[in-house]
Amino acid sequence: MAGNTKTIPSDVLWGGGQSPYSVTYGKMMMWFFLVSDALTFGGLLTAYGFSRATSEDAWPIGEQVFRALPGLEGAYPLVYVALMTFLLIVSSVTMVLAVEAGHRNDKRGVVRWMAATVVGGIFFLGSQAWEWSHFIHGSGGSFQLAKAVNVTTDSGMSMELPQGEVVFMDHHFGHLAEPWSQGDPNTVLSSTDGHVTLTQFGEHEHSAQMHGLTVNKYIENEQQISGEEALKLWSARGEVFAFGANLEDSEYAAQQTYANFFFFITGFHGFHVFSGVVINIIIFFMALNGVFERRGHYEMVEKTGLYWHFVDLVWVFVFTFFYLI
Amino acid sequence: MERDDLIVNDSYAMAAHHSEEAGAAIRKKIWFVTALLTLITAVEVGMGIIFKRSETFSWTMIKWSFIVLTLVKAAYIVLVFMHLGDERSNLKKTILTPYILFISYLLFIAITEGFGHLEAFSTFH
Repeated sequence: MAGNTKTIPSDVLWGGGQSPYSVTYGKMMMWFFLVSDALTFGGLLTAYGFSRATSEDAWPIGEQVFRALPGLEGAYPLVYVALMTFLLIVSSVTMVLAVEAGHRNDKRGVVRWMAATVVGGIFFLGSQAWEWSHFIHGSGGSFQLAKAVNVTTDSGMSMELPQGEVVFMDHHFGHLAEPWSQGDPNTVLSSTDGHVTLTQFGEHEHSAQMHGLTVNKYIENEQQISGEEALKLWSARGEVFAFGANLEDSEYAAQQTYANFFFFITGFHGFHVFSGVVINIIIFFMALNGVFERRGHYEMVEKTGLYWHFVDLVWVFVFTFFYLI
Repeated sequence: MERDDLIVNDSYAMAAHHSEEAGAAIRKKIWFVTALLTLITAVEVGMGIIFKRSETFSWTMIKWSFIVLTLVKAAYIVLVFMHLGDERSNLKKTILTPYILFISYLLFIAITEGFGHLEAFSTFH
């Protein structure tokens, strides 16, 4: 469609009477930039795969970690990430429609489709912000066992949990355990009748009874443990508590690597989306002001389009290698 | 020496123009690819949710179908949306060879070194 297969005028041929690429300098350099940038992402995803394959601790899996939808209770594995992918594909489509309009010198078309692309990009960034916020806050938090424990799960399964096993708290309990884990003297922990009760005396009085702990929450075979059995786990807890995730702590797994890769890979991609949106806004205003119309062609839209499609392309790979596999 | 890499009068860009009729055909293709990419994403999510939990399919099988589907998606984006399919074969080769060479190399290194690491761990731990 953007094919440059026509005869090239002799004044632009390279030495030797050849034009090996038949594209402008700018477009070729954009392609070269994209090649190097893709290798950076390739390196990151390879590093991710390497770390995961060699990890000695359990590695969280995508459809267990990313299963929340804004404003809804319950589990919707990967639906949100799929919507984000769809959003980016759609904005890629509006971009290619802008390029197509440019080839017809249709200024109105270019302006309209560029505006749609900008909106799509902003929506994607917003979705990513929500996902980051959700990942950083986590759910109830987790602690690691200081010694091995034998427990019976609610489904009657007998499990031998080794030292260092990650145990997850429910949301309400984790909320009260957070200040307590930092040595807040206003928080009191008591256990009666096989239940663990946590009471916090602050400005307001709160109390939460632990209904159940969860193991294998972010990997396969999730198990609930409650009552006396939960108490056994609680008394075997270690010093380390993690609530949500940041660059030092991660409630999702015993290792920190998973959270670090999440922040780095999706963050680096998000930064690309952000710069893409800024560039798209600039191109939108240039098209609106008739800069390309006066120039006689819309090749700048095509070059920007290459970058924007690349951002979509990277996300396709991130979606597969980070979320699906 | 006179530079021969600069395009003085944007001749290549000018050559990229097309007519209204050609545009309609191109738009049709764009919407077809859109539908295809959406469908593949939906299939991937479905596989992630359903097949991963069922016993019928092995994890290796699902993993490789994810990878193949992703490569199909990537090919459509690069060849149609990024118009690489319409460029000269010289440019295509220049762009695609580094990926094919270096990414396969990186994967090879990652996998062999990964196994080496595991082996060393199980030997000395």
